[in-house]
Amino acid sequence: MARKLPKVDVVIIGVGWAGGIIASELTKKGLKVVGLEKGKERKTEDYFMVHDELRYALRYEMMQDLSKETITFRSNEKIRALPMRQYGSFLIGDGLGGSGVHWNGQTFRFLPYDFQIRSQTIEKYGPNKIPADMTIQDWGITYDELEPYYDTFEKMAGISGEENPLAGKRSSKYPTPALKKTKAMELFTDAAKKLKLHPYVQPAANLSESYTNPDGISRAACQYCGYCERFGCEYGAKGDPVVTVIPVALKTGNFEIRTHSNVRRILKTGDKTSGVIYIDETTGEEIEQPADIVVLTGFVFSNVKLLLLSNIGTPYDPNTGKGSVGKNYAYQVRKGNAVGFFDKKKFNNFAGAGALGMILDDYNGDNFDHTDLDFIHGGMIILGQTGQRPIQNNTVPKGTPSWGPEFKKTSLKYANSVLTVGGEGSSMAFRHHFLDLDPVYKDEYGDPLVRITYDFEDQDRNMAKFLASKCADILKEMGADQVDYMQELGPYDVASYQSTHNTGGVIMGSDPSTSAVNSYLQMWEMDNLFVVGASAFPQNAGYNPTGTVGALAYRAAEGILKYRDAGGQVV
Amino acid sequence: MSEEHKESPESISRRKFIRNTGFTVGGLAVGGILGSLLTRQDKDSNNGKKDTHAEAGNFNEALMYFTPEQFRITEAITERIFPEDDLGPGAKGLGVAYYIDHQLAGDWGFNAREYMQAPFFVGEKVQGYQGRLKRRNIFDIGLREIQNHSMAVYKKNFTDLKGEEQDAILKDFEGDKIQLTTISPSGFFQMLRSATLEGAYSDPLYGGNRNMDGWKMRKYPGSQMAYTTIIDKDFQEVKPQSLKSHMNH
Repeated sequence: MARKLPKVDVVIIGVGWAGGIIASELTKKGLKVVGLEKGKERKTEDYFMVHDELRYALRYEMMQDLSKETITFRSNEKIRALPMRQYGSFLIGDGLGGSGVHWNGQTFRFLPYDFQIRSQTIEKYGPNKIPADMTIQDWGITYDELEPYYDTFEKMAGISGEENPLAGKRSSKYPTPALKKTKAMELFTDAAKKLKLHPYVQPAANLSESYTNPDGISRAACQYCGYCERFGCEYGAKGDPVVTVIPVALKTGNFEIRTHSNVRRILKTGDKTSGVIYIDETTGEEIEQPADIVVLTGFVFSNVKLLLLSNIGTPYDPNTGKGSVGKNYAYQVRKGNAVGFFDKKKFNNFAGAGALGMILDDYNGDNFDHTDLDFIHGGMIILGQTGQRPIQNNTVPKGTPSWGPEFKKTSLKYANSVLTVGGEGSSMAFRHHFLDLDPVYKDEYGDPLVRITYDFEDQDRNMAKFLASKCADILKEMGADQVDYMQELGPYDVASYQSTHNTGGVIMGSDPSTSAVNSYLQMWEMDNLFVVGASAFPQNAGYNPTGTVGALAYRAAEGILKYRDAGGQVV
Repeated sequence: MSEEHKESPESISRRKFIRNTGFTVGGLAVGGILGSLLTRQDKDSNNGKKDTHAEAGNFNEALMYFTPEQFRITEAITERIFPEDDLGPGAKGLGVAYYIDHQLAGDWGFNAREYMQAPFFVGEKVQGYQGRLKRRNIFDIGLREIQNHSMAVYKKNFTDLKGEEQDAILKDFEGDKIQLTTISPSGFFQMLRSATLEGAYSDPLYGGNRNMDGWKMRKYPGSQMAYTTIIDKDFQEVKPQSLKSHMNH
């Protein structure tokens, strides 16, 4: 039998961005909150030796240990799902702060179109524009309704940037000025303007100057060291839950974090949850933590897995399209890229910041006419200067051998003379893209792994080709001597890194029959359970997800307080 | 080629260690493994370099996993993948084979943080690696098969082949031109290629990138605390620093 602890107001499962934000907002209001985190504690001092590409970028220091738990993958229902034995396509964060520690800091607001994609697409192009098996949905919330929460998130994290001329309205400016512009960024800006496009400096959680946020947290400015993605920040300059919201929650005296605490079940009593069962991984002891409210704030896969294992919500059935838990798994179509090689220009490619770059949204959302196009939506186009570390950046022009004397000579020649312009393609939901529990493979405790069924569709292939050719046009205008760009997207491959922008599975909406949570991320089928994260996205936009996850977390915190006062469904 | 490279303590300690320990007195007394090492060291010392400085004493340059033969084959392969040229040292000069040896001895060699649970099935390519073998097993088998293929085609050890012949053997692996029941030849070749780049460019802490020469060749500054003064400027060469430099702070 599990050892039963005294009841608390709220228990949070997973202390990353979503968990940290909710903890800070609830503890400020006097609620007693316990945060259960399956990984270890993390702090700024951990990153004394962080400029180590091998350890962090190739050996995945900050990522979940796959020997304990992974996912399984199959391209479609006809083939056998097999475990992702090694990291590839995406990286699952681990430890206090979760993926919020190793992210790049690219902080976007989705477009107004994203939130009402189904209704606006039909309104403008007619119902036949959406293929029969494309299961995109409106979010049950509009951009304007979510705007105040974006604003709160940006002020908390100190987001910098230039205003995006093609986006929704902002209630206030970015709290910090844009990061510095590199020579490559200037080149991109000039070329994009010549092409009559609308470039702007990327919104970033890498602080452009020292900043004190509304919670009173002060942080130092980014040093452009070039080690963000897959790394933690040794300066605390990157907005990360460990240096922002978590200390705020702890300072109230109302927040207790328990690391190495792996939640295995959410307990169900009637139509409510009564708490959770977790394992203290340091002792192996099974512990019950009762709570009035449970907030599930893990990564996409953990959220879906815990709901399915705990028999909460209605599992999605791809044959009938009914049910919601596991529905609308989506990703990011991140391969529509072009690479430009410059024979006479050199850039400080080694320097950078995770969210340093230029963006344009002329081919994102419905910012361009799709009448004659064989896809909907699109994606942002980015020239990023994240810091080109040497093991992972050896791009050579097409036709160059991948090893031997010519490879060496050419890769060295272009080490500081290659620039990539990429399309961050949106990812639409399809009826046969979903998450469920694998019938064969188990985690370290004998529970089934989450199974992904997913592949690219014509929508993705057509969009990626379109974006890649636009990226190539920009690089040519920038004066690159050779431009290579993606010709065919190919199948989705779980073994090659693309992005950790996995979304869906516990999607939000305004209709309980087609979504799992309401617009406050409260489970339709369980009033005192909130499920927060990118798992709530009904499909994914052409941007990095974290800004929207942050906004949704602030909204969920408000919903939790409403529930605590009034009970029932808060919408 | 940079001055630093010329002075790099290549193949330092083994030769001197052996020479100084008395094992080599008469040479013949030891025979076997050490004998073959000595022969090879003599060959190495024919490249005209003078021992101008005292023994560098890099205690890291010894083997944790490989047999001497595996080490020599790995050194020869990685040098073909990333050869010495007028820009600077190749894999051998950078210590890449030591790097790989040390990696195989640890987590990476054991696939320690990867999902290695049964059942094992042959999967689709898009499902990634599905084998039951760990990297150290794959290296054991792969290096043996390189040697076998070399004997089959040229009737010589891989390390005794001419450069172009070595390339031909490697291309057969890269293109899955040979049939192996145990491992994927192209998978093994790709592993060798990635490990070579890792050894050339990871922090010298790991045993490769000797003297930071890998970084110097591509003007990569290694671990710097800040680029605030040059981030918005034209390309600038910055003297590289390794993680060791942080230990003084």
